[in-house]
Amino acid sequence: MLRSGVYADSVKLMQVSRAVGALPGVSGVIVAMATPLNLELADTMGLAPDEPTSPEQLLIAVRAEDDGSLAAAVAAVDAAMAERERSTGTAAAVPQRTIGAGLDELLPDGPALAIVSVPGQYAVAEAADAIAAGRSVLVFSDGVPVEHEVALKRAAHDAGVLVMGPDCGTAIVSGVALGFANVVRPGPVGLVAASGTGAQQVSCLLDMAGVGVSHVLGVGGRDLSEAVGGLATLDALAALDADPATERVLLVSKPPAPSVAAAVEAAAAKLSVPVRSAALSPETPDLTAAVEALLGDMGLDVPTWPSRPGPVESAVPGAALKGFFSGGTLADEAMLIAAPVLGDIRSNTPLKPELDLGTDLSARGHVVVDFGDDALTVGRAHPMIDPTLRLEAISNLRASGEPAVLLLDVVLGYGSDPDPSYSLVAALTAVRAGTTLPVVVALIGTDGDPQGWARQADALAEAGAAVFASNAAATRYALHLLGVSS
Amino acid sequence: MSLGGLLSGPPAIVAAGVDVFSDALRAQGAEVHDVDWRPPGFGDPADLAALALDPRRASANRTAAERVLAAGSQLVDVRPAREVLDVPDRTLLHAGPPIEWTRTSGPLRGALIGACLYEGWADSEESAERMLAAGEVALDPCHHHRTVGPMAGVVSPSMWMWCLQDPVHGGRAFCSLNEGLGKVLRYGAYGPEVIDRLHWMSNVLGPMLAAAVRAPLEAGADPIDVKSILAQMLQMGDEGHNRNRAGSALTLRELAPALAEVDAPASDISAVLRFIGGNEHFFLNLGMPTAKLALDAARDIPGSTMLTVMARNGTDFGIQTAGTGDRWFTGPANTPVGLFLGDYGPDDANPDIGDSAITETYGVGGFSMAAAPAIVRFVGGSVPDALATTERMYQVTLAENPAMAIPIMGFRGAPTGIDVLKVARTGWLPQINTGMAGRVAGTGQVGAGLVQPPQECFEQALTALAEAARTA
Repeated sequence: MLRSGVYADSVKLMQVSRAVGALPGVSGVIVAMATPLNLELADTMGLAPDEPTSPEQLLIAVRAEDDGSLAAAVAAVDAAMAERERSTGTAAAVPQRTIGAGLDELLPDGPALAIVSVPGQYAVAEAADAIAAGRSVLVFSDGVPVEHEVALKRAAHDAGVLVMGPDCGTAIVSGVALGFANVVRPGPVGLVAASGTGAQQVSCLLDMAGVGVSHVLGVGGRDLSEAVGGLATLDALAALDADPATERVLLVSKPPAPSVAAAVEAAAAKLSVPVRSAALSPETPDLTAAVEALLGDMGLDVPTWPSRPGPVESAVPGAALKGFFSGGTLADEAMLIAAPVLGDIRSNTPLKPELDLGTDLSARGHVVVDFGDDALTVGRAHPMIDPTLRLEAISNLRASGEPAVLLLDVVLGYGSDPDPSYSLVAALTAVRAGTTLPVVVALIGTDGDPQGWARQADALAEAGAAVFASNAAATRYALHLLGVSS
Repeated sequence: MSLGGLLSGPPAIVAAGVDVFSDALRAQGAEVHDVDWRPPGFGDPADLAALALDPRRASANRTAAERVLAAGSQLVDVRPAREVLDVPDRTLLHAGPPIEWTRTSGPLRGALIGACLYEGWADSEESAERMLAAGEVALDPCHHHRTVGPMAGVVSPSMWMWCLQDPVHGGRAFCSLNEGLGKVLRYGAYGPEVIDRLHWMSNVLGPMLAAAVRAPLEAGADPIDVKSILAQMLQMGDEGHNRNRAGSALTLRELAPALAEVDAPASDISAVLRFIGGNEHFFLNLGMPTAKLALDAARDIPGSTMLTVMARNGTDFGIQTAGTGDRWFTGPANTPVGLFLGDYGPDDANPDIGDSAITETYGVGGFSMAAAPAIVRFVGGSVPDALATTERMYQVTLAENPAMAIPIMGFRGAPTGIDVLKVARTGWLPQINTGMAGRVAGTGQVGAGLVQPPQECFEQALTALAEAARTA
């Protein structure tokens, strides 16, 4: 049949033809404007109209088994033609897949920071997007090849932006805490940190002394290595030098490569802002001492660092130090302080290669384990979030019966376990029942942190631990319990 | 060093990866956007990193995109292929990457046979096939001769060609005249009506268009600005690949006055006007060389990861990039999904064919689907789907073409300049709108729909670009 005064475009009509062609009893359908091309098509299907047509007419031709099917098909054509698409005319939201697209479409202008926590082998492309967009980037990912790190940091330097990381878990920018960072007051001290937990220790002690921070710029644990050459540290120092809110700078790191340390020192000497180093080394093993020196620079008194004494316990001479840490720098600091008096300490992150613990976390003797080391976080969250591995080690230690003093760190703040004492108190209560295992905890945090320093300290003390805000003080107390002193 | 103002106040944040930070940031009142990051769709991580870190890439891609956007397109002549193309006699050009006769698909085979008949090189289908199989007629891609051809894209010496020029970079590009829809050579049909139409086109249509194009130029008028027609049609419901209605009408409007003045019988003038007016894809063969001009302007830019060609020969899908010159990266062409004419169904459709994906390479066609929501209904999609397609394509391209504004996107420019690296990272392959040719030689068009390139060609291109980056 032919209809006049009806127009639909060819796509709509092809959809109608397909829908009607699928009806039972229908073996051929053409619903189309009666153009010469369509008439030819209808002819090849044996459905050519036997009356004169014009291209403005709608041709409806159906090949059906019987009259019922035919009537149903024609009714279906009418229904399909009358159907209107229900649509708001707006796009289903298309999410941005990359940092580049995100910056481009969501934050095209103004200061912005990118955070990259994708698997390390893919992090470089996301970080490069940020640099190309003239934005600084915090790379939380680990497993980024060092040559990628160097290339990214060179490109960032040329673009006038900063790469924080890779493997950077801690930063504070203008009061915004990124990753594992504590709630500390704003103030005049800028930190450049190649060490996340080191920066947390320092910023928390400063806060307890009433001194705030302007920014904490993480640079990644490898930045001060020979290979990277302090590229981000130098840029971060320059940025803090130019920042009006920053009056003093403290550089926090694990032991740097000597040549890099010299280069950074030379660069720092040229800045107008005073820079003090809190780089750990056998000669300067103590972050707390660095904070105290900084307070001295500022003409401020050193407060009594908060602690909870724990039960009165007699020394256990001959026992082993078991340091189970979640923070790598805190583990390093403990080893640097303890080794001169204890002798060799085996570790998965040893001070000397020959002291490598390998995979045997339950080895006897003096042992310090960094549960945050990359090798122990494959396929699981950081121990500051997921305590399982460390709780297992504590339980194994009790089972071994080896005389020991247990030294732990507990790091509070954003990103960490919302109530770390909860699981630890249960484990410590179990360990101390029936044994005389003294437990010393370095509790890194502030009362402003979501977990609350005092609340956590009280809970841990109640479970029998001695608690210190200073990791160095905690380590020295553990040495005291071992019957030696530094 | 001010770090772009980073330290002057709380920064807004874009985050990719596990959202360990984002909740804490929101709790602090920071502005945080989490992108929907996924592992790359393909590509060796080392290759992706090599390209991401290639110091040449940013500026090379900027240069490539700038050239594409800056290129113009003027209609300067209409002439037989043998006069303008540097092609030896007894050579037929075809769409897509290079291919031997034995691997050709039905529609390309049909079109090659038809061209031999049309040129009088053979007097029957059998003799044409024999000649082609014996290599007596050489095959060469259109793209090797600054030419693009829709569907089979077969160009023979006697066919009249649109001659376009880029006034900015000086490039030239060529395309045959569009035959209309249905049983036509480019869809692989070669029956008598097809060959008769081709003869009419070379005897009547070509010379008349040539006169209509040349006369105004000789009188001092500006050449017809084809880029401007393409820009206008995007505002009128066309996307410039599968829908060219408005563009064809605008072209007829441009040509009609001069056609009316051609010294020819009124019946011929009328036939030409009727032919153009009855062919809603008439503009396609002007839009394609317009895109070709722009992309040729971006050839040979070391370090650029931008595509300069997407083309199919009915068997293989091939791409080229600005950073790898004339090298083809190919994979087996997919079969489009869509709607069928009459009794034809999916089994009748040939795999993807034609140089017309040059339109998507330029940012129109499937990339500007939002301009022509009618097209997305070929696969049962809706208007929001059309908009989403264009939104996705913004994330795989380098630039927005301000000359090609899409009204429903708030007149945002068409997503232009496909970046191989972005395609790999998002896993979103380019969206192509296309006609469907019958699988069997001689059939003609069976439908129209949507298709994507095979991932293989992008994988190869990524590897080659990464190799080039490492040795640069």
